[in-house]
Amino acid sequence: MSDVSPAERDKAAEEAQLRAVWANPAGWRYWTSVNNTQIGLWYGATAFAFMLFAGLLALLVRAQLAVPENDLISPDLYNQAFTLHGTVMMFLFAVPIFEAVAIFLLPPMLGARELPFPRLGAFGFWSFLIGGVFVCGSIFFGAAPNSGWFMYPPLATSEQAGIGADIWLLGLSFIEVASLAAAVELIVGIMKCRAPGMRVNLMPLFAWYLLIVAGMILFAFPPLIAGDLLFEMQRMFDWPFFDPARGGDPLLWQHLFWIFGHPEVYIIFLPAIALLAMIIPTFAGRPIVGYSWIVLAAVGTGFLSFGLWVHHMFATGLPQISLAFFSAASGAVAIPTAVQIFVFIATMLAGRMIFSTPMLFAMGGIAIFVMGGLTGVMVALVPFDWQAHDSYFIVAHLHYVLIGGMLFPVFAGLYYYYPLIDGKHMSDSVGRLAFWLMFTGFNITFFPMHLAGLRGMPRRVYTYPADIGWDWLNLISTMGAVVLGIGMFAVVVDVTLHRRNKPRGEQNPWRAGTLEWLNEPEENWGVRSIPHIRSRYPLWDQKNLAQEVRAGDWYLSDANEGRRETLVTSVLDARPEQVLRVRGTAYVTIVSAALLGTVFVALTFKWWLLSLASGVGFVAAVIWWLWTGTGDIPEKERKDIGRGLSLPLYASGVKSTGWWAMFITMTGDGTAFASLVFGYFFYWTIHADFTAGTDGPGIVWPMAALASFAVAWAATLAAREANRRDGIAAARALLVTGALFSAAGCAAALAGPWTTAMDPTAHVYPAIVWTLVIWTAVHGAVGILMQLYCLARSLAGRLTARHDMELHNVALYWHFMLVTALITFTVVGLFPEAL
Amino acid sequence: MWRLLPREVESLWTLFTAPVVWALHFLACYIGAAIFCEKPGFLGTDFDNLRIAIAWLTVASLALIVVSALLAWRQWGFGAGDPPHDDPTRRDRLLFQGYATLLLSGLSFIAVIFTAMPALFVTECLR
Repeated sequence: MSDVSPAERDKAAEEAQLRAVWANPAGWRYWTSVNNTQIGLWYGATAFAFMLFAGLLALLVRAQLAVPENDLISPDLYNQAFTLHGTVMMFLFAVPIFEAVAIFLLPPMLGARELPFPRLGAFGFWSFLIGGVFVCGSIFFGAAPNSGWFMYPPLATSEQAGIGADIWLLGLSFIEVASLAAAVELIVGIMKCRAPGMRVNLMPLFAWYLLIVAGMILFAFPPLIAGDLLFEMQRMFDWPFFDPARGGDPLLWQHLFWIFGHPEVYIIFLPAIALLAMIIPTFAGRPIVGYSWIVLAAVGTGFLSFGLWVHHMFATGLPQISLAFFSAASGAVAIPTAVQIFVFIATMLAGRMIFSTPMLFAMGGIAIFVMGGLTGVMVALVPFDWQAHDSYFIVAHLHYVLIGGMLFPVFAGLYYYYPLIDGKHMSDSVGRLAFWLMFTGFNITFFPMHLAGLRGMPRRVYTYPADIGWDWLNLISTMGAVVLGIGMFAVVVDVTLHRRNKPRGEQNPWRAGTLEWLNEPEENWGVRSIPHIRSRYPLWDQKNLAQEVRAGDWYLSDANEGRRETLVTSVLDARPEQVLRVRGTAYVTIVSAALLGTVFVALTFKWWLLSLASGVGFVAAVIWWLWTGTGDIPEKERKDIGRGLSLPLYASGVKSTGWWAMFITMTGDGTAFASLVFGYFFYWTIHADFTAGTDGPGIVWPMAALASFAVAWAATLAAREANRRDGIAAARALLVTGALFSAAGCAAALAGPWTTAMDPTAHVYPAIVWTLVIWTAVHGAVGILMQLYCLARSLAGRLTARHDMELHNVALYWHFMLVTALITFTVVGLFPEAL
Repeated sequence: MWRLLPREVESLWTLFTAPVVWALHFLACYIGAAIFCEKPGFLGTDFDNLRIAIAWLTVASLALIVVSALLAWRQWGFGAGDPPHDDPTRRDRLLFQGYATLLLSGLSFIAVIFTAMPALFVTECLR
């Protein structure tokens, strides 16, 4: 193609090709699409639907609290309603909506055709949908979780919690898997799939924020997954992690929950602010003031937000010096948070503002958020927090933060980006009406809650007497909630009905400068051709870029081989490195999600056989998915992508997207493991003798396990090297050796606590030891599957010296596996002896 | 003097140096205090020793952050070229990285001091 001048190419044929390659199937098979545009829209629509459902639950709660001594709904339904309201808003709306927006927006914003793992994105969506319906549906059977959205034991481990607690733990664990999948997709997408020339200093700020947020997910969600695991082991098998009578401690749950829970607030907040960082420059008609300061704020907030978790636990009796550390960090996080607000204000002042509907939502959101931030500084102070803890003051604070910092910016984003969905615009007049209804309704609802809280009203209370000064405050709140609800309803009407009779609007109605506005909603190919980027606002600064891109004058303007392709570029300077072939339409994503969902649902009802069968089915589906959908050996080495540039079609090792995905996944996995190790040392800290006189697993078996895993690791590495030197037979022999030693390692790991008859229900010490060795053994088993998978690829002739991506990725897995084994067996084997 | 500093590294990860130092300092302070107060005698019995340890740790962390800031300042060409650093060149990309890293070093410096301050005022394992 490169030796043909653009004018001579048959552009109509190219477009027909691209259209065919990226087309979605028709009829019911449409639902097997994996294209980022469809997945993003489905994801977003589902999250919005969950939000409306949770909003209705909130209205139910407000109706119950409208007047004193009310018995509109039963206390049990009330408990379920507020628990589900918080759970759904946090887990099924706030986090997923940003994943949806990112999956929808990032490829066009970065100038990519698609994110690197479209099927993983689809899998994440289906997992989210199944898990979400399961959790939400429970309330119609009177079985919803009822212990508050943070599920504190001992209440949530008691009989009283019923099956709702299991639905919460298992349903949300499943959804957390979807979030981790999205994090992998977003990090690799942002680091490796930017348009050529889009150096890190030219990246849209949205991408910077999302990169940080996806990184935060890797360190925030796994502690909750670890906590869920311990919690469910207690509920199902009576392992006493949170039972003080047998050495457990409910506080460990609070630690693990809030190590997740506080960063989560920023995981929700930063993407919303990222939307504002895209919207405000457009309506100020100028580049953002202080790009680097925004990066400082995003990274700084990302880190500091992990030093705040104990400020949810100020009233638990920790030593004051511990509380003070967290109080100090809670004060420090106000600095980067405020930097962003000032950057926005400076940008508005430096430009010529247009007060459009998206800007109204943006500024309303900032105003509300600042108020929530100020009460946040108040509750960061330990003495004040002791007064306000668990009162309606906290309810007011958190809603000011989340609705100002997240909901209003999301609505700003909805009004701003809607034209990218179908080319039509949302109604300006309805938008303004909705904004004022929501803004006033919000303040009428939540401002009085500060006062109710200061007057002593505890959160989650079912009802209250008439004569203690809470009644009129609550009545005002309820009336405000109705106004807020009407405002939201207006937006829903606008979204669902506005399409009728509306003509297609302008492509870039706001005259925005960033690349996503090149997107043509009618086409599924993302960008017609992938441009070279030379500015932070390419549509403002690079003349004729839009015409050139749409005319197919830039890179990768064809799909000659009938494959979906996008570009991979280098991390810092976005130099083109590879043409990445991504997979299209598939059933396997839905099947895998359904099977994994069945595992979790069956566990909830203790249907062990079904759960086991679905688990086996899930593993088989994933292997099928990998076997048929990844690691294809291309028919040629390189592909011409136009303008004289030719790129390889295959990469392995650190240059491949798969290697990065493995690295990121295992970082998350390592965090979950670290949380379990934290649990072990937590129990050591709180007890004079944390073994309670019981025997440990001894030294011999743990050390034997460690040695076996070390040999398995070395064999895997040696197999990679042998294969690279064309020693195919040696590589296969080494893989078999590796698998045998991993199996020995797994057996030796379990033999330790088995031979000393450690009873995990007797005390927390045997329970946590068993947990660590089972975790490691399961990882060893996964390592065996990976080794055998590589062996099978080799035997099938699909793993060669040149095409060895799988082996590189498996070797990387084994690096993490070795560290896991080293820590586990040193801790369970040597640490008790060293004391 | 600048030859004492290591060779310039071109990587995205250098951006995170100072915040990582903050995180490690924070964790060390928290875990040290938690073990000291929960397991009396394991790390000694004199609370002042804990405070002195936190002080030394703080000095070391601040020194590391200053080194990170110096390296960042060098990457920013010792202040050559003001922001916005938005040219499509390797030079501007380096200046941007240097400047952003320097800003993060500043934030981390302040945050480390914030974290250490409780050790100035709290004198026992009071609950």
